[in-house]
Amino acid sequence: MRGVSHAFRINGAPLPVLDGIDLAIEPGAFVALLGPSGCGKSTLLRLAAGLEPADAGRLDLDGVPITGPDPSRLLVFQDPTLYPWRSVSRNVSLGLEARGMLRNNRHRVAEAIARVGLSAFADAYPHQLSGGMAQRTALARALVNDPRLLLLDEPLGKLDALTRLTLQGELVRLWQETGLTAILVTHDVEEALVLAERVIVLSDRPARIRADIANDAPYPRHRDDPELIRRRREILEILGHES
Amino acid sequence: MTSALSGSLARHAVSREAAPASGRSRIADAAAGLRRRSSIGWVGLVAGAAWIGLAAATWIFPETGDFPYTPDFAAGAALVGLVLALAGLVQGRLGRLGARLAHWGPWLVVLGSGLGAWELVTAKFELLPMPFFPPPQAILEVFLEDWPKLGGSILASLKLLAGGYVLGALAGFVLGVAVGWSRRAGYWVHPVLRFVGPLPATAWLPLAFFVFPSSWSASTFLVALATGFPVTVLTWSGIAAANKSYYDVARTLGASQSFLIRKVAIPAALPHVFVGLFMGLGASFAVLVVAEMLGVKSGLGWYLQWAQGWAAYANMYAALIAMALMCSSLITLLFRLRDRLLSWQKGLVQW
Repeated sequence: MRGVSHAFRINGAPLPVLDGIDLAIEPGAFVALLGPSGCGKSTLLRLAAGLEPADAGRLDLDGVPITGPDPSRLLVFQDPTLYPWRSVSRNVSLGLEARGMLRNNRHRVAEAIARVGLSAFADAYPHQLSGGMAQRTALARALVNDPRLLLLDEPLGKLDALTRLTLQGELVRLWQETGLTAILVTHDVEEALVLAERVIVLSDRPARIRADIANDAPYPRHRDDPELIRRRREILEILGHES
Repeated sequence: MTSALSGSLARHAVSREAAPASGRSRIADAAAGLRRRSSIGWVGLVAGAAWIGLAAATWIFPETGDFPYTPDFAAGAALVGLVLALAGLVQGRLGRLGARLAHWGPWLVVLGSGLGAWELVTAKFELLPMPFFPPPQAILEVFLEDWPKLGGSILASLKLLAGGYVLGALAGFVLGVAVGWSRRAGYWVHPVLRFVGPLPATAWLPLAFFVFPSSWSASTFLVALATGFPVTVLTWSGIAAANKSYYDVARTLGASQSFLIRKVAIPAALPHVFVGLFMGLGASFAVLVVAEMLGVKSGLGWYLQWAQGWAAYANMYAALIAMALMCSSLITLLFRLRDRLLSWQKGLVQW
């Protein structure tokens, strides 16, 4: 990403949300974007997913400009947004079906469901799933397409605390198993530090990069690791919450 | 940790899944409880008594008119009463049938005594003016004697209704999808829909009968019009109300425009579409009857009109009963179709 700026138009007046973001992410990295709520983190992900074009600057993936949505860059939202009329396996198979690849790749659907631990629920409908199971289904629906870039927009934001901890562990495992690049948007400092190798701290709207922190502790990480607690205090200070 | 957690989640989801099933079998459970207490179904006995009472009243009291089917009606009521009473005696051993008898027993009691009261105030003591309020055996007579004409009318109505309804529903669905999806279609169709849609389809009747080559095609058009408007509006609103993220997700997964319409927009709109189909069916009944009364020379509406013209009031009641059965069956059919297509929805109304 180079010099990416973007503005919303609300009643005709531009509201700048991103201001000259420069960011290079290594393939296979796990990066967290951290910032106050409403600062434009999610907008950055939508631009990276190609759902909207940026007003200024350019976004490339492996040197190729991002011009539209593509299954190599997949977004997982805070809401699982499963299709309620499709069973778990038909939700997961949607991407392959949309591209006419389902016939020869049916086994990949079962593999992706097994990878998130939902094999027993392949035929369940979304209203029969708990919040954590629904979010795992959404992850499987993205992973089945073998994306190179996984864009996670507060995927654990609506889950209860225990399910959240479980899924944090699973996200790290999935990332390590698949070797994909992950960008996680969150406003939870601890979550960013437990999951990511690199934490980018964004300012209030319009978002600029305030800090770029390497976070290279070995996995699995523990919440009470003194190094992690020190970094957490450091980030909270940058965000203006010295305590 | 993970597997233990998903195991407990599994149990939770299964118990949630099982909940509606237990709701459905509540009637069976209640009946089973009744059976445990005694193998005799008192409700069945009381219902049997009510129907035998109806038979006795029909048989014993002298009549003020001439009704050839009085003995048949009395015999039929007595037979129903005997069967109900016998079934009540052995209800505990009838299984599912016994459970259903226990459930519908109160209704059978009310039906038997209601028919008895009707019998008394009409044929027996003539408390209601005679030609306008025929006794039950006179309506039975119509069903037994005039069934070719009545049956033919039902078929004619069904044919007209089916043609118009299917045409209107298809056109409404396609138009609704077009308006909901394409801005240009919306630009052209929306004003027409707002201006013409609220007009009751029956208002087109005089115009339709001279514009169309036959009264049958005119009526088909009117039924289609009455069906098409609500189906169009609700299909459109269903597509407009679909969660925008459904489209974002499908687009990032590589969906084409036609895939978005077929696999995302239309399934998301289906619950609304069915509301439109129900409203359209109700409106189409009204238009059908009016069109048959005023122009088409067949069908139940025409039969009603004809019966009134000849002061054949028993025929009129028979036609009304036939019409109620027909409309109710069609609504039931539509509910079945909805339950099949929308089984993924929770909290559906049971018809």
